[in-house]
Amino acid sequence: MFKVTINGLDIEVEKGTTVFEAAEKAGIYIPTLCHHPDLPTFGGCRVCMVDADGKIVTACRAPVTDGMVVKTDTEEVSKVRLSNVELLLASHNKDCQSCTRNNSCRLQEVSAFVGINQERMRQIRRSVEPVKPDDSNPFFHRDFTRCILCGICIRTCQEINGVAAIDFAFRGFHTKVSVLGDKPIKDSHCESCGECLVRCPTGALYLSRPETPEREVESVCTYCGVGCGIKLGVRGDRVVHVEGNRDNEVNRGDLCVKGRFGFDFINHPERLKTPLIKKDGIFVEASWDEALDFVADKMSDIKSKHGADALGGISSARCSSEETYLFQKIFRALGTNNVDHCARL
Amino acid sequence: MIQKFDAIEKEAVAAMEEKQNNDIPQIYVGCATCGNATGAQSVVQTIKNKLDKENVTAEIKEVGCIGMCFAEVLVDVIKPGRPRISYQDVTPEKAEEIIDSYILNDDHRPDLALGFFGEGGPEDIEQIDTGDVFKNQQRVILKNCGVIDPENINEYIARGGYKGLAEALEMKQEEIIGVLKDSGLRGRGGAGFPAGRKWESCLKPQADQKYVICNADEGDPGAFMDRSVLEGDPHSVIEGMIIAGYTIGSSKGYFYVRAEYPLAINRLRKALAQAREKNLLGENILGTGFDFDLEIFQGAGAFVCGESTALVMSIEGNRGWPKPLPRPRTTEQGLWDKPTLLNNVKTFSVVPQILSKGADWFKSIGTEGSPGTAVFALTGTINRSGLIEVPMGIELKKIIYEVGGGILNDRKFKAVQTGGPSGGCLPEDKLHLSVDFDTLVEAGSMMGSGGMVVIDETTCMVDVARYFLDFTFEESCGQCVPCRQGTQQMLEVLNDICEGRGREGDIEHLLELGDSIIKSSICGLGQTAPNPVLSTVQYFRDEYEAHIRDHACPALVCKNLIVFTIDEEKCTACGRCRKACPVEAISGEKKVPHKIDQSKCTKCGICFQECPERFSAVVRLTGKENLAAAARGRLSDV
Ligand SMILES: Cc1cc2nc3c(=O)[nH]c(=O)nc-3n(C[C@H](O)[C@H](O)[C@H](O)COP(=O)(O)O)c2cc1C
Ligand code: SF4
Ligand code: SF4
Ligand code: SF4
Ligand code: SF4
Ligand code: SF4
Ligand code: SF4
Ligand code: FES
Repeated sequence: MFKVTINGLDIEVEKGTTVFEAAEKAGIYIPTLCHHPDLPTFGGCRVCMVDADGKIVTACRAPVTDGMVVKTDTEEVSKVRLSNVELLLASHNKDCQSCTRNNSCRLQEVSAFVGINQERMRQIRRSVEPVKPDDSNPFFHRDFTRCILCGICIRTCQEINGVAAIDFAFRGFHTKVSVLGDKPIKDSHCESCGECLVRCPTGALYLSRPETPEREVESVCTYCGVGCGIKLGVRGDRVVHVEGNRDNEVNRGDLCVKGRFGFDFINHPERLKTPLIKKDGIFVEASWDEALDFVADKMSDIKSKHGADALGGISSARCSSEETYLFQKIFRALGTNNVDHCARL
Repeated sequence: MIQKFDAIEKEAVAAMEEKQNNDIPQIYVGCATCGNATGAQSVVQTIKNKLDKENVTAEIKEVGCIGMCFAEVLVDVIKPGRPRISYQDVTPEKAEEIIDSYILNDDHRPDLALGFFGEGGPEDIEQIDTGDVFKNQQRVILKNCGVIDPENINEYIARGGYKGLAEALEMKQEEIIGVLKDSGLRGRGGAGFPAGRKWESCLKPQADQKYVICNADEGDPGAFMDRSVLEGDPHSVIEGMIIAGYTIGSSKGYFYVRAEYPLAINRLRKALAQAREKNLLGENILGTGFDFDLEIFQGAGAFVCGESTALVMSIEGNRGWPKPLPRPRTTEQGLWDKPTLLNNVKTFSVVPQILSKGADWFKSIGTEGSPGTAVFALTGTINRSGLIEVPMGIELKKIIYEVGGGILNDRKFKAVQTGGPSGGCLPEDKLHLSVDFDTLVEAGSMMGSGGMVVIDETTCMVDVARYFLDFTFEESCGQCVPCRQGTQQMLEVLNDICEGRGREGDIEHLLELGDSIIKSSICGLGQTAPNPVLSTVQYFRDEYEAHIRDHACPALVCKNLIVFTIDEEKCTACGRCRKACPVEAISGEKKVPHKIDQSKCTKCGICFQECPERFSAVVRLTGKENLAAAARGRLSDV
């Protein structure tokens, strides 16, 4: 264990801990913009700078050393942090009220912490690059005027989804997050998983139909057998938002495009809520007991007339492994090996 | 000495002697990129045709840059038994005249000659090597540039080349490092890191593969020292790299050359092939069992790729972004995570001489802290611009007034800029300072890789700062906020100041910003980008204040802050300015003093140049009052 002193507080941390993690352990806030606990560090925003043994370092990257003395509130540290946040704001479209991240924005949080001051901002030349948003993706859009180039989306796509659909393009002040050939994102191999969207610290990546829920309900995604934990955001009696449940052991918060964005069916007027049985050429609502009895009768009928091998079952990807196991058991009990799965078709 | 090398050396010397005893004239044409740009290739062609026509045999050598760029195209003629005579500003026509007069006859044409090298030249022309240009210079790194044919390895070997390698191959690795450390050699890429220590830290780690990289990315605006070495003496760099490979235990090296240097790349390719042919490069070098080969990697011309970690990323096929701290040392985990030795072109090129002549020889040149010489690309408003090499410790004054021949048109000196976009501007009262790594940094500038721009009274210092900031703004890689956003902010403020929109508090804003950018940027680009601004504010703050408070550009450069007007008393109505004005802003008739219509004038400055000096009737005015008067169309009132 290493002994570290942060702002006079002594704590012990393991070797390999970063200054940021040590400070977090000691309950000390260090502003960060490009750091995300799920991802490897980047070191580009330079707002997490602290004084470590007299040297200015990035807390998110610098590992602690034994006996290190860290100060997070020196004049020098404050000046550097303030200057870097001011510079970001100088080319940022700061219309918070029209931004979907208003109130949950890291740039707001960090700005508030470093203390943005009107008088100083007046001296700073503003220049927001007039880049049109990319609204090609039906689920989320990209507003370059609010992007702080923290690279979190890029690292997310690479490390979490393993797709690497986006990367930095161009250079210097003209740098932007782009897909291959700077095309609209719908023309890339982006899978619309939305993992980048949920990690973006600003409103640069935003939901195309944002609605703020009134309450939250824990649930499990029904789309596939993985069974990701989700939180449904409800407004009135409508489901308006889905979020991955970070406490769920199955997915630890990650979702795919269906689980995250495919919730329209829940409130859809034509959504099936009971089984249907065709009577006189027309589908009629039925109870589960009725439907199961109907299927069982039909199957025994076929078996007695044509033998067991006239039967076959195709299991669904929505079933869990256990359910699929039981499914094949049923068919083998009926006397046939005709069992398959929709993922093979 | 290794026997195999003795044979190679003998062969080369014999080949050279044979040429020398040939009793034919030798003609050298400066054919580096600088010479070619002034038309050297057509001069070479003319000479060849002319010699054919006249049926004269002579040896024509396309040599590298000798440094006297102010006099290009340079043609040197050595007639058997005569000293070398140098002709300046040679055009194809003049080349024919020279052949007629001096080669076919015996008139050395003092009217066309710049002078002669060595002793015993004609009395009516100057001896160049003892004259102002060369007497303060000491050619170590550039000793072969402009002298040997860079495409002929024998010339290099006959002048002592590859001897350092032959000697090194018989030394222990630690011994070589000992010599380097003892010599005090500091890297010539800008920061001046001790070379011996860097080589040592690359020798230590155990690895199945190590790499040697030569940094020839040279991206500073106006700098062309490394290009000249590669074009004029490629083997010296190759030899240095082979020695480095042997010393650290590497079998593979790269030249990282910017793709904008096609001639250098071409010469390097030829040189590499010749070195391989002579078994000085490749497998089993000189029969010692040591394998080492070199490859050329062309950089795409991003300035930031000269930074060591970005350069490595670039060779690996990644985005050329510097790696933020903490990061492993390049000498331990560089290219493909293998120990990598990265040095500048000039650093490698001087190593062979240090090994063959000894550490004491090297230490005898320059100062204690910065031994050896400094190579500068001397440019700006100076009489003799060019490539120079001076011993470290020489006074700035001497470089400017003796080597460079003083300020153009006898104007007043204002500042000297060194270190390119990372450096700063020093005013007149710093001219006594000596040129070495440490002194320049203390004064607020730096050695850098060797650009030296002389600035006179007709240059605006805010504009100079803006020029360099524009460069770093364009070249910032964009990875970190202080550099990406900060250089843009500084540039915007400087643009505002130059264009009359400066505000009270801007100077403080620039200073504060500069401080934060230096402290929080990831790499050397951002960490030094504010220097041109900080040093000009330090030494020329009054110019900034004049721009901001009075909307005045004291050097009369910033277009938005000056107006052109005609002094009625002086105007003789010659009409020259009226005819020259591209936008017909000038009116007037015979005998009537001319007038400029301010609403049409685009401030191109042509009328100012056109008005004959004896009249000097077109004048430039600056400052709030003049600008306001011009806007009201009543400038004559002022
Ligand atoms: C932005 C930037 C650009 C650089 N460009 C060059 C260059 O063009 N050539 C060079 O030799 N060194 C350049 N350097 C310095 C290199 O990082 C490195 O220090 C040098 O090549 C080491 O060689 P030396 O020890 O022989 O000086 C640059 C550094 C920075 C920060
Ligand atoms: S990203 Fe944050 S700071 Fe920017 S407009 Fe949105 S809420 Fe405001
Ligand atoms: S939505 Fe998913 S696949 Fe698409 S860019 Fe974001 S992380 Fe990558
Ligand atoms: S889009 Fe968001 S996550 Fe991606 S770089 Fe911009 S601010 Fe960061
Ligand atoms: S200082 Fe500039 S060039 Fe260097 S990493 Fe930062 S943005 Fe890139
Ligand atoms: S400065 Fe140019 S545009 Fe203006 S009057 Fe002179 S020549 Fe014409
Ligand atoms: S060139 Fe000079 S002297 Fe001639 S008309 Fe113009 S201002 Fe008058
Ligand atoms: S959070 Fe550390 S550099 Fe961005």
